[in-house]
Amino acid sequence: MSDDPIKVSEETCVGCQLCVKACPFDAIQMDDRLAVIDLTVCTLCGACVPACKFDAISMKQKEKTADLSAYEDVWVIAEQDDGVIQSITYELLGEGRQLADDLGMRLCAVLLGSGVSTQANDLIARGAEIVYLVDQPELAYFKDEPYAAVLTELVKRHKPNVVLCGATTVGRSVISRVAVATGAGLTADCTGLAIDPETKDLLQTRPAFGGNIMATILSPNTRPQMSTVRHKVFKEAEPDPGRSGEVLLQEVDPALLVSRTKRLKYVPEEDSIINIAEADFVVGGGRGLQKPEHFAILHELAEVLGGGVAASRAAVDADWIAYSHQVGQTGKTVCPKIYIACGISGQIQHLAGMSASDVIIAINKDPDAPIFDVATIGIVGDLFEIVPRLTAELRKVLGK
Amino acid sequence: MHFVVCIKQVPDKTDVKINPETNTLMREGVESIVNPFDTYAIEEAVRLKARVGGTVTAISMGPPQADAVLREAISMGVDAGILISDRAFAGSDTWATSYTLSQAIKKLGDVDLILCGKQASDGDTAQVGPGIATHLDLPQITYVRKIEEIEEGRIVAERLLESGYEVIESSLPCLLTVVKEINEPRLPSLKGKMAARKADILVWTAADLDCDPTKLGLDGSPTKVVTIFTPPPRGGGEILTGSADEVVPQLIERLKTLVVGNAS
Ligand SMILES: Cc1cc2nc3c(=O)[nH]c(=O)nc-3n(C[C@H](O)[C@H](O)[C@H](O)COP(=O)(O)OP(=O)(O)OC[C@H]3O[C@@H](n4cnc5c(N)ncnc54)[C@H](O)[C@@H]3O)c2cc1C
Ligand SMILES: Nc1ncnc2c1ncn2[C@@H]1O[C@H](COP(=O)(O)O)[C@@H](O)[C@H]1O
Repeated sequence: MSDDPIKVSEETCVGCQLCVKACPFDAIQMDDRLAVIDLTVCTLCGACVPACKFDAISMKQKEKTADLSAYEDVWVIAEQDDGVIQSITYELLGEGRQLADDLGMRLCAVLLGSGVSTQANDLIARGAEIVYLVDQPELAYFKDEPYAAVLTELVKRHKPNVVLCGATTVGRSVISRVAVATGAGLTADCTGLAIDPETKDLLQTRPAFGGNIMATILSPNTRPQMSTVRHKVFKEAEPDPGRSGEVLLQEVDPALLVSRTKRLKYVPEEDSIINIAEADFVVGGGRGLQKPEHFAILHELAEVLGGGVAASRAAVDADWIAYSHQVGQTGKTVCPKIYIACGISGQIQHLAGMSASDVIIAINKDPDAPIFDVATIGIVGDLFEIVPRLTAELRKVLGK
Repeated sequence: MHFVVCIKQVPDKTDVKINPETNTLMREGVESIVNPFDTYAIEEAVRLKARVGGTVTAISMGPPQADAVLREAISMGVDAGILISDRAFAGSDTWATSYTLSQAIKKLGDVDLILCGKQASDGDTAQVGPGIATHLDLPQITYVRKIEEIEEGRIVAERLLESGYEVIESSLPCLLTVVKEINEPRLPSLKGKMAARKADILVWTAADLDCDPTKLGLDGSPTKVVTIFTPPPRGGGEILTGSADEVVPQLIERLKTLVVGNAS
């Protein structure tokens, strides 16, 4: 078929198999002495194209036709909860500063809310040169449709080059709508961002397949380039009250503030006063805890550290602890300064949610448990002896 | 009511391995499954049908072998499956995928509720659900853990947030993405399995959908994967062994600098 997005030329292919080795997805097989790409498996990542020494593989390329020069500035979508700017916003401003400097562009923040003009000044103190503020009673708390409609309008109005948003429940829900509505590329859950020095494109690196592989993604032909970023991946911008910037109040068409959904009730969760996604210290428990009551010893340790309690899916499935504590592929992602895994074997699905922690301490009876492959400090032993002892010692050290 | 479930075929994660020599994903012997999150969407649609009556259609965009996930959905009680499959869709990112799926849903006509999983386990983006809602100009409720009420033109659902949950009312049609807490997916019944085997899975190609070819596949995808690599192994660190009396003081020694002045 001539319209296949990737093709091997029958004339030029010599059957050397270099492309077979280069394919990360095992999508190329040899048929006699011709490389054949299985399009149902191929992701069009293009790894095989330069690998072929005979230029036999061609991939459809889009022309960079659109004029992208009108798109300037790096934007951070501020997230506020009940008027409180969330720490993810400061992390985005920290990273956004670097990108803006590399691009020679301004760093701007966008803040939606009601009665939040003082918070706009916090964003300036953290490095925003401009804050686009939309202050409307309808925007007091997060609502998918008006938030998405207003952000879409602002993107069209001011044409940013880069838009960063937190990979939070709220952030992911709204920015996906904005990206579709503006025709922008959106890369989820980035753990690394950089500017290509030649093309000035944003290089977005993210884990896929539950952290088994990393991919670097570009949006070369469209602007803005949008990314969501996980908690705790980047360092917060430090506040400096001496910084100056401009708050630009934005008027929007009232039609954009209409929502077809309505919040009837909001119930903050009682037992998760500490959001483990943001905590600096997280103590995780798995099947090794044996009983729900035993989570108490983890709560004690977490309390001494001022951190939160996490769990493996095995513990959640056994109903020992609520799902909101589950860490991993099908749960939350945490990135604390210290993660203490107690009685967790360390299956890949669990690691997907915590392996980016600064320091990992693993306590497990089984010296062959895979958790030890990622642990900064591993302790082979019985958690029921070690954890209470550790809690007591830490209490002394911390004078609690 | 007409319920539509969007389901994706993904590699069974527990099997995905990296070939340490070539740094590539090994697919041999890797089974394909229904994206685990989508099984909750299927189950919920089947339960809603039992509650208020109607039909459930499952749609999947993917290669011909994605037929299998539609049959699995039918074995769980879904009425019909439609496979959206064409070479022109190859290389679709979340923008193009949500566009293609939304054109297929338009073709279905009167749809009351669209259910998606929270995210796919291979891409982990959680972008396709809200993307479909945007293309179709529909309201959405993401991260739904419970449907409290549903009636003609109206739904009330609980959405899970990081800090708690909210109860949200929406007009119908509407799009939901669901989390694991919402239900316990059933195992297929014998009758279901037989229905699945016999079912005719409709296949729609690009020509069957009223779509703009520049918005499909690689052309319609603003994002482009440029490199794929294995994350550098974290590597195991130090291992401490011995009795609690021995190891805890050693651990404290190493932790002191990290904890003091940091813990609040
Ligand atoms: C699609 C899919 C998604 C998944 N998503 C997730 C996810 O998001 N999060 C997640 O965690 N899992 C997830 N899993 C499940 C994952 O594969 C594992 O089954 C799970 O993580 C195992 O939990 P565990 O380590 O607590 O239990 P186990 O594997 O049973 O390990 C218990 C460990 O405790 C140790 N132990 C026992 N007693 C003691 C003691 N007294 N002292 C010290 N150590 C002790 C044992 O040596 C063992 O290593 C997923 C699976 C699938 C298929
Ligand atoms: N190719 C596809 N076919 C059908 N549904 C899909 C497809 N890709 C994604 N979805 C739906 O969108 C959800 C989110 O996927 P993702 O944005 O890829 O994480 C999934 O749980 C599915 O319900």
